[in-house]
Amino acid sequence: MQKRLIVNHQLLEIMVMRLCHQLIENHGDFSDSVIIGLQPRGRQVAQRIQSTLKTILGTTVPTGYLDTTFHRDDFRRRETPLAANATHIDFLIEGKKVILVDDVLYTGRSVRAAMDAMISFGRPANVELLVLIDRLYSRHLPIEPTYVGRRVNSLQSQRVLVEWQGSDTQEDNIWLVTKNEE
Amino acid sequence: MQELSVRHLLGIKDITAEDIQLIFETADNFKDVLNRPIKKVPSLRDITIANVFFENSTRTRLSFELAEKRLSADVINFSSSSSSVKKGETLLDTVNNILAMKVDMIVMRHSSPGAPHFLSRHIDANIVNAGDGTHEHPTQALLDSFSIREKLGDVAGKKVVIIGDILHSRVALSNIFALQKLGAEVMVCGPVTLLPKYIRELGVKVEFDVRKALAWCDVANVLRIQLERQQMKYFPSLREYTLYYGIDKKMLESLDKEIVLMHPGPINRGVELSSDAADSHHSIILNQVENGVAIRMAVLYLLASKK
Repeated sequence: MQKRLIVNHQLLEIMVMRLCHQLIENHGDFSDSVIIGLQPRGRQVAQRIQSTLKTILGTTVPTGYLDTTFHRDDFRRRETPLAANATHIDFLIEGKKVILVDDVLYTGRSVRAAMDAMISFGRPANVELLVLIDRLYSRHLPIEPTYVGRRVNSLQSQRVLVEWQGSDTQEDNIWLVTKNEE
Repeated sequence: MQELSVRHLLGIKDITAEDIQLIFETADNFKDVLNRPIKKVPSLRDITIANVFFENSTRTRLSFELAEKRLSADVINFSSSSSSVKKGETLLDTVNNILAMKVDMIVMRHSSPGAPHFLSRHIDANIVNAGDGTHEHPTQALLDSFSIREKLGDVAGKKVVIIGDILHSRVALSNIFALQKLGAEVMVCGPVTLLPKYIRELGVKVEFDVRKALAWCDVANVLRIQLERQQMKYFPSLREYTLYYGIDKKMLESLDKEIVLMHPGPINRGVELSSDAADSHHSIILNQVENGVAIRMAVLYLLASKK
């Protein structure tokens, strides 16, 4: 297995800061906006965005986590079933501007499932998508992100790995992982 | 991820403690779904489930049907009273006819112990045992343990007494297996005629005095006297049974601790439980019913993922 560093921790910090400023351009004081991180790996991105916005604006943007397992379209089609994670959304999204947050956008199927799952919590005014990494030319569905950290060209056999300090390693890094040919 | 170790849920005896934990964790998520404004997920939308009930049921059948509908499965219902079983068709023929209509899962209740096990050897569809005679009722045991876990935080280390007609109760046997696998201490309590002769070999304590049993336990699971399964007299009269084994609020309040009171339903008020006990704050009977839907959703979802 080969790992190539595509975003190091300094770059990642700048990237998150830039994404937050882009969000502020569109959402102002966030009075009508909420952040929803997609379980499992969008959760940490959402937390990071929330805490960075708090440093810049001084306000805490309502942030929830949404699990999409039961809404996925590959149930009974995958080799190994997926484990469900907790959904935690303690606010109404009816009439709100929702920012869906995930680490990597690949086929777009999780985002499709997330939009389906999200509708159970009300009808949002509009929905945007923020991702750290957009893997180009790999979409199965017509889904495009509103805010992108970095666009990456990658092979189908490769994988993008986002590591956060504390949970996985000592520092934040984004890697492109290539599995060795057998 | 974790998967169940089995393709069918025939009994608690056949599954592992890890399976039970997986079902509980999945049920936690489904319980969350059930508390949302829109209580439905599309997971099983391409699956057809037949509820085949050869024996009467209200709660279990409604609970399964609701669980199936909340998962977006297509549901067909069958009860023996209005079917060709009355015309002499065998169990296997009946089920094979249902499967010929492209059904993926069977939820079955039958009066003969082992009926779902027999079926599982002959058909391909996933089978969920919704009660087979006096043998097992696995989803009831799962929801009972799930309710204990919800109320007390954990099942391990808790003392649970099952009171009443142990001899005719599939709920009792499944509960014993489930509670032991989860690390609880189990006691059975009832008149000597209603306790199976070799029940001690399952590693449970036996007590004949209901007051001592209540003083020992953290949780009391009270069963109904199943008069419909009794071909002979096991005790002189219901009145006498109530006198010795009926639980009322006064008994609960005389204990120097809080215990949790459970009942799988249907309750015979005034026989095994007085009304004031059944409606007291000790009782989690309606929580059990609520949790039943989440547990059955979890079981169906996890079995459906095993192709």
